[in-house]
Amino acid sequence: MPFPSEALWVLLLGSLLGLELIGKVPPTLHTPLMSGANAISGITMLAALTLITKANDNVPLLIIGSISLGFALFNVIGGFFVTDRMLAMFSRKSNRRQKNS
Amino acid sequence: MANAEILKYLIDLLAVLLLALGIKGLSKVRSARSANRLAAIAMGLAVIGVLVNALTTSGISLNAWIWIIFGLIIGSSLGILTAQKVPMTAMPETVALFNGCGGMSSLLVAIGVTLYPLNDTQAPLSVGLIGLISIITSVFVGAITFSGSIIAMAKLQGWLSTPPWIQNKSRHALNIAFAVISLIAATQLFQGEINGLWLLVITSSLLGIGVTLPIGGADMPVVISLLNSYSGVAAAAAGFVINSQLLIVAGAMVGAAGLILTQVMCKGMNRSLISVLFGGAISTSVAQSSGGSEYQNITSCSPEECALTLESSERVVIVPGYGLAVAQAQHTLREVTRTLEANGIEVTYAIHPVAGRMPGHMNVLLAEADVPYEQLKEMDIINPEFPATDVVLVLGANDVVNPQAKKDPMSPLYGMPVLDVQEARTVFVIKRGMSAGYSGIKNDLFELANTSMIFGDAKKVLTDLLVELKELGVGNPG
Repeated sequence: MPFPSEALWVLLLGSLLGLELIGKVPPTLHTPLMSGANAISGITMLAALTLITKANDNVPLLIIGSISLGFALFNVIGGFFVTDRMLAMFSRKSNRRQKNS
Repeated sequence: MANAEILKYLIDLLAVLLLALGIKGLSKVRSARSANRLAAIAMGLAVIGVLVNALTTSGISLNAWIWIIFGLIIGSSLGILTAQKVPMTAMPETVALFNGCGGMSSLLVAIGVTLYPLNDTQAPLSVGLIGLISIITSVFVGAITFSGSIIAMAKLQGWLSTPPWIQNKSRHALNIAFAVISLIAATQLFQGEINGLWLLVITSSLLGIGVTLPIGGADMPVVISLLNSYSGVAAAAAGFVINSQLLIVAGAMVGAAGLILTQVMCKGMNRSLISVLFGGAISTSVAQSSGGSEYQNITSCSPEECALTLESSERVVIVPGYGLAVAQAQHTLREVTRTLEANGIEVTYAIHPVAGRMPGHMNVLLAEADVPYEQLKEMDIINPEFPATDVVLVLGANDVVNPQAKKDPMSPLYGMPVLDVQEARTVFVIKRGMSAGYSGIKNDLFELANTSMIFGDAKKVLTDLLVELKELGVGNPG
């Protein structure tokens, strides 16, 4: 692997973007935001997936990759569903308010 | 080939864009739900990107497909099941659990890459400085995230309490020892010794436990948020390991955003991150020295008396806390407030930034019970209104209404912003017993003359209260 200066730039810019993305968050959304960000951090499933595709049919590696993929997906799918469940409560209310007005 | 590469890059770029928009949108009430879906779509796109890349370069063998599908089915079905079954009250520990699994995933990837060379690179242990650093980071942070999150979950679930011996100052020495051994293990790994990897896994897991275990339950949300940020870092490190820029961006983004959120939470509790991480739980000896732990002059009353007072009031403020969540009493509470409102009584809810076990916890809970968003008031807005309030109902909240935080400089709570409920004419505290709040500190509020305690489970008390109110004819038209 060549010295990944590009990757380091990506790291830096990604971090800066993250710092800027959420400035003011209403307290209402702290829990959903945390849960949503948590789901996104399960993006390491891409690493697991890559591991499997490049494993060259090496069985121990396939197993490690598969377990890793399972863990990550549990994080991702569970995280998004739970976040949606929380947010559904907010939107259900605003829908009704729209009907009333 | 070139076309496929362009396609892969386009997909990745689109995914990053959607992820960023998703995180952004999640911080606004109106767009939050669609933003969450957007982020989910972005993740799906990212997966497609990886698959396209693999298919167009080396292809994916049948064996690989089988293991992909195996992991996919197990992981996603368990995820869906957990997400649907878990009660709203258990949100914090659920997030901790998910988070820990994300850390575990990064950890496993790093272990896999270290043990077995991938088919397109040479032996990973010769991948150079950056490669090794990223593997070590991924293992170290991943293991801390996993063990720390599991401990956090166990503590929030009540499976684990803080053992007194760990409050000892020597725990710092122990943690430093773990950190040093981790460093030694890392240098071993640099020299190509695989044993260093296992040592690193073990010591960093122990470090995660050692740091998280002494932290008091009240600080747990901050810890979970911080661990959430760590799992982003672990993902970014895994991105370096497998050379995926998308992973690096997304990991860095989540890591940084998590840090900001952690900061916001700390501010709400008037705690610095350092004191949360290294201060441990507020020691009980300090708590007892500040005014003694025995309560005197406690007035308790029945739901009937409470109903009588409520009937003659004009302005009522509800202060919800973790006890409300535990008792699942939010719907009953809504019934009670509907009844009061039908009688022309003005009802608002005072939301402390860290009420419950996680910021926003109460908002989610009350939203579930259809409480109008406008009635929820934040601390800074509601505090000046307490003197003009007739009745305050404190439902399973404790530390967030402790006047010690303002009056007693000796108190460990001193300086934490609290709700000034004692300014109201009458305060009813609905509580299961006289036990202390999560901080383990005595609450001076309970001894005040205008405070009455109603002992019992929040749901049961509210149900009784509802019956009494109905009997008084409150809420009936005419």
